Formats: sequence, structure tokens, C-alpha cells
Amino acid sequence: MIPEEISSVVELEQQEYIINVGPQHPSTHGVLRLVVSLQGEIVKNLQPHIGYIHRGIEKMCESLTYQQIIHLTDRMDYLSAHMNNEAVCLLVENALDIEVPERVKYIRTILDELNRLASHQLWWCSFGMDLGALTCFFYGLRDREKILDIFEETCGARLLLSYNTPGGLMWDIHPNFQKRIKDFIKYFRKKLPEYDDLLTGNVIMQARTKGIGILSLEDAINYGITGPTGRASGFACDVRKHYPYSAYNKVDFKEILYTEGDTFHRYKARIDEMWESMKILEQLVDNIPEGDFTAKMKPVVKLPEGEYFQRVETARGELGVYVISKGDKYPYRIKFRSPNFCNLAIMNNLASGFKIADLIAISASMDLIIPDIDR
Amino acid sequence: MDFSFNIYDLTSFTKWIDTSLYEYCAPFWAMMWEMIIIGVSILLFYAVIGLFLVYAERKVCAFMQNRVGPNRVGPYGFFQTIADLLKLLMKELIPIKKADKFLFNLAPFIVIIASFMAIAAIPFSKGLHAIDFNIGVFYVMAVSAMSVIGVLLAGWSSNNKYSLIGAMRSGAQIVSYELSVGLSLITMCVLAGSMQFSTIVEGQKDCWFIFSGHIPAFIAFVIFLIAATAETNRGPFDLAEAESELTAGYHTEYSGIKFAFFFLAEYMNMFIVASIAATVFWGGWMPFHVYGWTGFNNVMDFIPPFIWYIGKTFVIIWIMMWFKWTFPRLRIDQLLTLEWKYLLPINLINILLMALIVLLGWYF
Repeated sequence: MIPEEISSVVELEQQEYIINVGPQHPSTHGVLRLVVSLQGEIVKNLQPHIGYIHRGIEKMCESLTYQQIIHLTDRMDYLSAHMNNEAVCLLVENALDIEVPERVKYIRTILDELNRLASHQLWWCSFGMDLGALTCFFYGLRDREKILDIFEETCGARLLLSYNTPGGLMWDIHPNFQKRIKDFIKYFRKKLPEYDDLLTGNVIMQARTKGIGILSLEDAINYGITGPTGRASGFACDVRKHYPYSAYNKVDFKEILYTEGDTFHRYKARIDEMWESMKILEQLVDNIPEGDFTAKMKPVVKLPEGEYFQRVETARGELGVYVISKGDKYPYRIKFRSPNFCNLAIMNNLASGFKIADLIAISASMDLIIPDIDR
Repeated sequence: MDFSFNIYDLTSFTKWIDTSLYEYCAPFWAMMWEMIIIGVSILLFYAVIGLFLVYAERKVCAFMQNRVGPNRVGPYGFFQTIADLLKLLMKELIPIKKADKFLFNLAPFIVIIASFMAIAAIPFSKGLHAIDFNIGVFYVMAVSAMSVIGVLLAGWSSNNKYSLIGAMRSGAQIVSYELSVGLSLITMCVLAGSMQFSTIVEGQKDCWFIFSGHIPAFIAFVIFLIAATAETNRGPFDLAEAESELTAGYHTEYSGIKFAFFFLAEYMNMFIVASIAATVFWGGWMPFHVYGWTGFNNVMDFIPPFIWYIGKTFVIIWIMMWFKWTFPRLRIDQLLTLEWKYLLPINLINILLMALIVLLGWYF
């Protein structure tokens, strides 16, 4: 039997140094809480605690019509709002066997890619900021503003677009749409190399990211890590390429794949995706076919009884929507398979053994959006 | 002694103050008055420069980031920092539970006193020099190293884990980089043959040391710039604050004027290291002279020494701001690797090289 005073000393010595990164922390970009146990500077264990921004979106959807659900999906991954909308729209269209006009498919794809660009730009901003290079933030926002202006002109909203509706789009595009996109591509092709000059080529940035937080291909597949994060480890998981939807089967683009799987290549994958997105935009923007902006739809959408699944590629990975319908105008049960939730799960494997600064760099390279994790 | 004020040589002016004080007061009180005058003028200078530097940094970083920067209070937002200071003065000093009250309150004062003492030994202009030690360089280094105690105390007493990590980082960082700062300055002292600031400046009459000492002087200058930035806890070496990792590092728990002390001290430390760099490498208040070009030298002499000093200092400050707003932050192990594996060995070889050059007379 150890005397009490000695046992308390022993306990004190064995106590771990635990810090809470979040829920209010500059680099968790939202209300994510990571309980990190440290040994000096080194992260020994990391436990994500989620639920701070849980709004019960899946439950709310059970009492909303399919047209209304669109507006809730915006609020999950707010930086890929258009892709989230599209997932539900495609699901409804496929379930009802509605053939949407070609024009709609093209516009949807263009907006998908614009949205992906805007999202990756903001990711680049915050990645730089997490590494301590604050100037990146303003460079990225400067260019993102141009895309948001296009969104605003197209549908009135800048962030949460809600431009999609089952069967097509809310309304037609603005006459300036094509011209502005072409202007933007011309502008951004000049500006994107600036990103490389400022951050990618920087020796400190490379030293901070290369060989840090290596995600193996095996782990990526086992944990279901999708998006640029998974592709940086060599996991060919691009839904656009392998299960094309909308107009993705008509365009030629490369699936960015790296095998290293470290923080630097997750970064590289996103930068390269921006180039690919511009390539896709260039192929589509001049070829938008004439036609209706929406298919003929009944005002009340009722899905026949059964189970439906649809996936799309958001800026962060694969978003799956799973619906069980009992033939009602409301879904009986809806489940979102959000990319961020799965990507967060790997954090402990990636960060433990590295330093606090690496933890921040890793979480920045995962590009987590917290409302998408909690839903 | 008659009153005379010459902007090019303030020695007679300061002498006049000195003699007239001793004429009217007893020696003890004359000395007291001198101390008070010097103290108050340094304090005023400190406050003005501190406020101006905060404004300058905000404008410089706005310039680099496609922004306008402060532009509402006064012309071009010039009085923004004064408004900020008033705000900080009026803010509540939040008491921290289970904090070590005495050390918590003492820490900001140690930091600010360290920078305040260092500024006294810097030659601002010909004759405008509060104390001119024969070991001036040594004194400035010793005094400015004191600020690490304040930082450590702040982190320790705050009862905050983030603060503690920040303070420990800062301790490791400043202690390491103190070596590089010291060795690079010693390299220049070898060339100057003195540690007294006035002699160092006089020695650069014909040619600044960065030119006359060529290769080793340039290496020493670059090392000094890197190490001095690290010592002042500025980016890319701002690991002690590291706002994306440790929220605000060692001063997380400070509010109001106590926070302002840390904030001001950071900027003043930057000013001090910049003026030491300007003095030791770029000739301090000494105008730019080219040996033999009498006409050119006379034109350069026409610019008052104080302007030369301030100009050089601000160029160096601008360089420091430039790389702060460009580079990402280093990681703690990379920071220490840079110092112990690269800067220190380079520095030691550099001193040998400089000694060789001085012995063989290969300097200009």
C-alpha cells in the first residue's frame, strides 16, 4: 500500500499534459475541439470532440420536401454549397427518371468547378495563415472575390447558392455569365503562379510540410479518406472521373494523384486541382447548349418507395446522400456521408508523434469544414 | 558657455545643458536633473517611436496585402495607434484565477524595462548619446537579453497551458539566438577594435563597416538580421506567440495596458536591434562617404546625422517587416537546428575570417 502523499506525487508525475485545441481556437476554423495530450511539444494522442455545431439537419430533412432540403444542404459544407445541392437534385432526378436538359448539366458543372475553385482558394488562404504566412490570406481572398461576384450575378447569393432545384435550376444564367468566367480564367491563370511564388516554393513552408503526417494508401482506403486528401495518398477516388455525373463525362481532365501522402502533397493536390478546374471551365464555358433551364416537374415531388443513393465530388471529397422513401413527399430517412467526418477520423493517426505546429499544418491540409462534420 | 545649437553636431548643445546645470545647482542635484531630463526624453522618444512603429507596421503589411490599412482616424489613419492606446488604457485588467499575482503583474514591466534600458546606449546623432560606455555593445546585449525573463515569467504565472508552452519556446529560442547576435556583433567589434559605440561610429567615417569588412561583414550582417529577428520574437520566428498554434502564446492572459506593454516592447525591441544593426554595420549617424570623393562627401554631410540614423534604422525595420509578412513560421526544432547547426558554426568561422582579414590588413 503506497502512502497517500506518495501516490499523489506518482499520479502527478504520470499526469498527461492535456490541452484543448478548440472549440474556440484560431486554427480549427470553427468549433472543433481536439483534446491533445502532449509530451513537451510532441503530440502523443489526439481525440476529436465534435457536436458543437450539430443542428440535426438529417432529422430536420425528414419533415421537409425535397425542394426544401436543398436549402439545408447548403449549410453543411458551406464552401461547396453548390455540390451539396446537386447531390440531392441528382438523387431526386435519378429516382424519378427525369432527363434534365443538357444546358442544366453544363451550367451545373461550371458552377461546380467555380465553387471548387473558390473553396480551394479559401483553403489556400487559411493554410497559409495556419502556417503563419498571413499575406496568403489576402491574396486568396482577392481572387475568390471575383468568383463570388459571378455567383452573385448568377443567382443573387455569394456563399450559399441554393441555385439548384430538382429538375434543373432556379432560373437562367445572366447574359454576362460566360464573359465573366472567361475574364476570370484569364485573370486567374496569371494569379495562380503567384500562389506558388509566395508559399509553395518557400523553403520554410516546404520544411514544415514535407514528410509530415504521412497517410498511407491502406489507411486512406480503410478510413474512407476521399477528396484531395485521399488522392494525395494515391487513392483514386474522384467521383467526377469514376462515376461521372452532369457534364463530367464530356470534359477532359486529369485526376490528380500523388503517392507520397504527406502534408505537402495534400497541398500540391489542391493547387493542381485548381489548374484542372480551370481546364474544365475552359472546355465548357463556350459550349453551353441552348435550351430550358429546368425540366418539367410536378410541383409536389414524391419519390417512389425504395432506397436511393447518389454521390458527388465536393471540394473536400465524396459526399453521399442516402434516402429511404416511403412514397411520401418527405424522405423517411436521409443520411449524408460527409467527406469531412471521415477525414477527421484519421487525425489521430496522422498527428500523433509530431509536434503541435505539425498538428496545425496537418489539420490545415485536411481542409476540414466543421458544420459538415456535425451536420 | 554660450548657447549654441548645431544640427550637425549636438555635442556643444548637450555640453551647454550640462555646464549650465552645474553652474546653477549643487553637483548632486545637477546630476539628478540630468538624469530626469534624459529619462523623460527617452520615455517620450520611446512612446512616439513605439506608436509610430505600430502604425508603420500596419501600413506596411497593408501595402503587402493589397489593403489600405488604417485610414479613418486622422490623415491617412495617422492617429489610429493613439486611439488604440487610449482604448487599451481604458480596458479592464482581467484578474486570473490561481495566477501568481506578483509575477503576473511584474512580467510586463521587466520586458518593457529591458528595452527601455537598451535604448539609452544607442547613439542617435553626433553628441546625442545618453551613456557612452567603453563596453556599449556588451551592455546593450546584456540588457536586451533580460526581456526573456519577463516572457518566461509571463508564461509561467498566467496559469495557462498555452502560455506555458509559449514561454518555454521563447526561453529556448532567445537563449540560443543570443549566441548568434553576440558572435556577429563581436565579429564587427574585431573590425572596429572597440566595443564603444562612439568609436565604432567614428571608425566608419570613410567607409561603412559592411563595405570595409566586405565578405565577413556581410555574412555577419545577414546572421545578425536573422538572429535579431528571432530574439525579438517576430515572424517568421514568432513561435512564442504563434497565434495559429498557441492563440497568443505567453501573453494570452494579459489584457488592457499590460498587454500594451508587451506589444510596445516588441516593437521597441525591433527598433533597438534595427538601430544596433544600423550603427554597427551601416555607420549609425555617419553619412555615406566614399573615400576621395570630396564633393560627394560634402553633399552627404549636408544631411543631418539624425536623419541618416533614422533613415538607416527604418530601412532595416522595413526589411524585417518585409520578411515577417512573407514567410511562414518555423517549427521549434527547425528553429533550433538553424541556430545550432548552421548559424553558430558559420559565425565561428566568420570570426576567424574577420580576425585574419584584420591581421593581414585586407579591409578597406
